[in-house]
Amino acid sequence: MPQTLYDKLWDSHLVHTEDDGTALLYIDRHLVHEVTSAQAYEGLRTAGRKPWRVESVVATADHNTPTTNWDEGLAGVRDPFARLQIETLDANMREFGAKVYFPYLDKRQGIVHVIGPEQGATLPGMTVVCGDSHTSTHGAFACLAHGIGTSEVEHVLATQCLVTKKMKNMRINVEGPLARGVTAKDVVLAIIGRIGTAGGTGYAVEFAGSTIRALSMEGRMTVCNMAIEAGARAGMVAADEVTFEYLKGRKFAPKGAEWDHAVAYWRTLKSDPDAKFDREVTLDAREIRPHVTWGTSPEMVVAVDDAVPDPDKEKDSQRREGMERALEYMGLKPRTPITDIRIDKVFIGSCTNSRIEDLRAAASVVKGRRVASSVKLALVVPGSGLVKEQAEREGLDRVFRDAGFEWREPGCSMCLGMNPDRLSAGERCASTSNRNFEGRQGPGGRTHLVSPVMAAAAAIAGHFVDIRRWS
Amino acid sequence: MDKFTVLNGLVVPLDRANVDTDQIIPKQYLASIKRTGFAQGLFAEWRKDPQFVLNQPRYKGATILLGRKNFGCGSSREHAPWALIDYGFRCVIAPSFADIFFTNSFKNGFLPVVLTESEVDRLFHECNAFAGFRLVVDLERQTVASTDQSLSMRFDIDPFRKYCLLNGLDEIGLTLRHAQKISEFEARRKAQHPWYF
Repeated sequence: MPQTLYDKLWDSHLVHTEDDGTALLYIDRHLVHEVTSAQAYEGLRTAGRKPWRVESVVATADHNTPTTNWDEGLAGVRDPFARLQIETLDANMREFGAKVYFPYLDKRQGIVHVIGPEQGATLPGMTVVCGDSHTSTHGAFACLAHGIGTSEVEHVLATQCLVTKKMKNMRINVEGPLARGVTAKDVVLAIIGRIGTAGGTGYAVEFAGSTIRALSMEGRMTVCNMAIEAGARAGMVAADEVTFEYLKGRKFAPKGAEWDHAVAYWRTLKSDPDAKFDREVTLDAREIRPHVTWGTSPEMVVAVDDAVPDPDKEKDSQRREGMERALEYMGLKPRTPITDIRIDKVFIGSCTNSRIEDLRAAASVVKGRRVASSVKLALVVPGSGLVKEQAEREGLDRVFRDAGFEWREPGCSMCLGMNPDRLSAGERCASTSNRNFEGRQGPGGRTHLVSPVMAAAAAIAGHFVDIRRWS
Repeated sequence: MDKFTVLNGLVVPLDRANVDTDQIIPKQYLASIKRTGFAQGLFAEWRKDPQFVLNQPRYKGATILLGRKNFGCGSSREHAPWALIDYGFRCVIAPSFADIFFTNSFKNGFLPVVLTESEVDRLFHECNAFAGFRLVVDLERQTVASTDQSLSMRFDIDPFRKYCLLNGLDEIGLTLRHAQKISEFEARRKAQHPWYF
């Protein structure tokens, strides 16, 4: 019977199935960070259990780490609770071990979803889990990758398995060339706008079509990263030459004859031609414009040349109330052109858009220009120490600094504001991150999700601009 | 894990769709290495509004939260069910849930119940119309009913999850019954695809 990519990944990791379909799924890679692991290790300790296979664990501190004061060492972490979480992870790594651990201040430290692929610790055909919903990012490598809760973190540590049930199959086809200035971020925002924030709930989503095939691994990671914002725990893309090219030579990727064997297997990691999907959605890439979110859910999104929608035109009362509440929170009036919205801060970073390609794209927009005087803070936070190093080799840090951006140390930073990088109440931000929920970037903060080039252009102009008309 | 059998509780209506886990517990309350102590973080931003449902005296002591569709979307933080439990909730009823929140709930003896949109509408109506509106959630019978039985609705649940909740079972212990099978699977995989190890 023809199989989808998800079917293949599922079958190749199935250890045991109960009568009701509840399954034990074997986990190859377990990514661990400081905010969702402490309670799991404590649980192991209390029960007197040991990790099943520490070699599956790749760990780092990223969620609450400051992006400044690195010269002060751990004392630079001013928040005592954040420091406790970082120290607890250090202690747990010493006690339990890992394949590799990139602690705070290590030059290879970074956002867990950036460093996994960067190190070749994410490989096609793997199951990848992490106590973080954006684990879907790794699906770009033809992995079954999804976020789990802390109890599941403990369960995977203790048993190397996840108790789960098979999801349904959805394929989202994006076909055709992208216009200049339209990026992977706009593709995924357009998808979320189409199917809604719960559109993918219960599904494993495969992103396919000529547009997806033409994306770099960075772009595919951006798309898979936000599968969860459409409700899908797992997003994935079939493996191909682009995948292999990205992985070849990376630290934990196989070498020599083993590489050839691996690639031969990885070539099978795609949906069979006649595979059946429970739902298929198709988008025409030529119709996708640069996108900007206007509300407090990623599905509240329009194209940059549109206007803030009018709740009075919404017939569904529950949706209308949601829109009204969002507009009030965001301090926006219906029918305001998106390009009239002025911003206070800019954040370029996060597991969605902090890779070298993102920084290159943003730098190309700001080169030789200045951040608008009305913009209080424009931040660039590279996804990892290695991304930062690469960018500095290419002189991108100078481009950003000369334009008035701050060039920071790596981490999750203002995507979720667990470290000191936050919005103040009422501040409006053009952000390359993934969630525009109320208070996400700081209590009362107002987030507009955009691509790196759109964020960069907004920083220069002081308001949103249509990057397609940028010269 | 605490058992869940029958819950007779006061219901508090939270009439918003897409309630995300950043609202259930904002990030400034995640800075802990424990599983408890998150009650004050529950809906912390919304609770600043004196009119917010949890601030209304009539809902004091509620153990059942009534929500709208896609409840618990967003971040995977298990602090969301931990905060709900710490505050006193044992059950949330909604037309649909986000997958990760749904799974996390079961791991903590906290029951997410899915009813149809119209059933949930009806419960919102009852809840708003009658102060002190209570429901009886019976996991064994898979029913949600008013205390006088004038309303009764049936819900579905995975048999395995039901079994674990009813008995308060430690899932890790259950899985480790299959340790031999896991080891065998692992050995086969390692032989076939050594590059994953």
